[in-house]
Amino acid sequence: MYFSLSPGERSGIDMIPLPTTSSWKVWRRNADVFFKTYLVNFLPPVIEPVLYLLALGYGLGMFVGEIDGIPYVHYIAPALLAVSMMNSSFFECTYSSFVRMYYQKTFDAMISTPLSIEDVIAGELLWGATRSLIYTSAMLVVLIAFGVISLPSSLLVIPFSFLAGLLFSGIGMCFTAISPGIDTLNYPAYLFITPMLLFSGTFFPLSVLPPVLQTAALAILPLAQAVIIARSMTLATLSPLFIYSMAWIAIATTMFFFLSIHLMKRRLVV
Amino acid sequence: MAMQPIIEAHDLRKDFGALKAVDGISFSIMPGEVYGFLGPNGAGKTTTMKMIECVSPRTAGDLTVFGLDVDNNPREIKRWLGVVPQDTNLDSDFSCIQNLITYARYFGIMGEEARRKATDLLDFVQLSEKRDVLIEKLSGGMKRRLILARALVNSPRLLILDEPTIGLDPQARHLMWEKLKALQTAGNTIVLTTHYLEEAERLCDRLVIMDQGKILVEGTPADLVRQHAGAEIVEVDHSPDVVSCLEKMGVRFEVFGDIVQVFSDHPKEVATRLLSTCNPGKVFVRRGSLEDVFLSLTGRALRD
Repeated sequence: MYFSLSPGERSGIDMIPLPTTSSWKVWRRNADVFFKTYLVNFLPPVIEPVLYLLALGYGLGMFVGEIDGIPYVHYIAPALLAVSMMNSSFFECTYSSFVRMYYQKTFDAMISTPLSIEDVIAGELLWGATRSLIYTSAMLVVLIAFGVISLPSSLLVIPFSFLAGLLFSGIGMCFTAISPGIDTLNYPAYLFITPMLLFSGTFFPLSVLPPVLQTAALAILPLAQAVIIARSMTLATLSPLFIYSMAWIAIATTMFFFLSIHLMKRRLVV
Repeated sequence: MAMQPIIEAHDLRKDFGALKAVDGISFSIMPGEVYGFLGPNGAGKTTTMKMIECVSPRTAGDLTVFGLDVDNNPREIKRWLGVVPQDTNLDSDFSCIQNLITYARYFGIMGEEARRKATDLLDFVQLSEKRDVLIEKLSGGMKRRLILARALVNSPRLLILDEPTIGLDPQARHLMWEKLKALQTAGNTIVLTTHYLEEAERLCDRLVIMDQGKILVEGTPADLVRQHAGAEIVEVDHSPDVVSCLEKMGVRFEVFGDIVQVFSDHPKEVATRLLSTCNPGKVFVRRGSLEDVFLSLTGRALRD
């Protein structure tokens, strides 16, 4: 069920956290809880895009008209998908993971079994990514129904939502690992996620920002990359930055995956 | 044939910064034994359990479980451990049966086998009626019993219980003891920490008393009482007359508030002499207990 290393091998690589295939058992635990109340869980991703489409797409869109020759509602549709990838995974691996870690002591119970802390955190991250995939897919159905995204290229959003979800899960888990209490998670939520939601080329193009901010957004904001990729998929028009953003996400996802496990291990193994 | 110990610790240490939580302890626990760790709060009992459970790495010393080193073989060791932690960490998102089935999966026990085990264990801890009830609806005693069932889901070769009856009422405590006795009779090796001395006296074959990270004494409950408290203890009301009398008799005694405890191999003679010559108030002769050992070794000052 798991890859075990001989004692000699293990001691030299203590710094690199190595989760095993047992992580799926943690993933499965979270999935079981999610599907127990799936109706409640599916409501937000279905309702939210409808509200945004109506209010922003059609309401605000009346005044905006077109951006770069694209109807406004078509312009924001991929941004809604990217924001959903971010929110569903980031909040799962911050507040929800924190509750499991700190209040419910679920992680403590798990590491009393053959599961290691690496397995537990990897399972949490994979579940965060899965949540992103589930929510984004549900939202995709709504957007298809409204006829605001192109087919079949938009279907690529489904696998991409897993990757982007894994990225935002890893970032969230790093905050969880260093947050003294659940209240201090409000800092990344309001000071990192909210500004990013507005300044990532979501509801207006980055090109209207001063060049310094444009560069900064493209260099450091993970959501900006997710929006570029999602927009290329839903408009079926490849952005010149597509490869850059994809590479950015691939590297950052790997980095945050291992960093978050390392930080969690430091917090929990004392 | 010499049996191999289930747990063997030699000069085991755990520091948290400057605090020496476990300060060089050695013990070995044999198959089929019920072995207790007693001590006031902060003695290092829970830290010791966490090192045995392979969740807290030791600072120094040797520690093997099933003959395997805890640092190098945590998965192999944890596969055969059943753990009842001090904090109730049941999965509050699930019902009783789901808790057991989910936990079984962590051990690689799945499908029909997990379901059958979960059902049997709910029956064993008398929670069959609560099968589909959420954790928050259970009483404290039920939660502790469900944790015991959870700890048995992998048919462990070693059961570790950290304060198994903490916060339970007498009925719930007796039911827990009954279950532990049954497991003991079935030949299980059990390690438990407690600061209920009656619990230790009832359940443990051998025990240690720890304080400030060190083991003070080790032995069977009866031996410890005999060696450190005496089989019988005379208690007499405190008065200056009584104290000067006892000093004349040359017996060992201690004053605890308004009671004087006399430790002697001839308690009845001491009591008779007290009554005939010292004009005491009340005089009791009672059996020595682990509590006397505990208090005489660890003192009466509050720990937290």
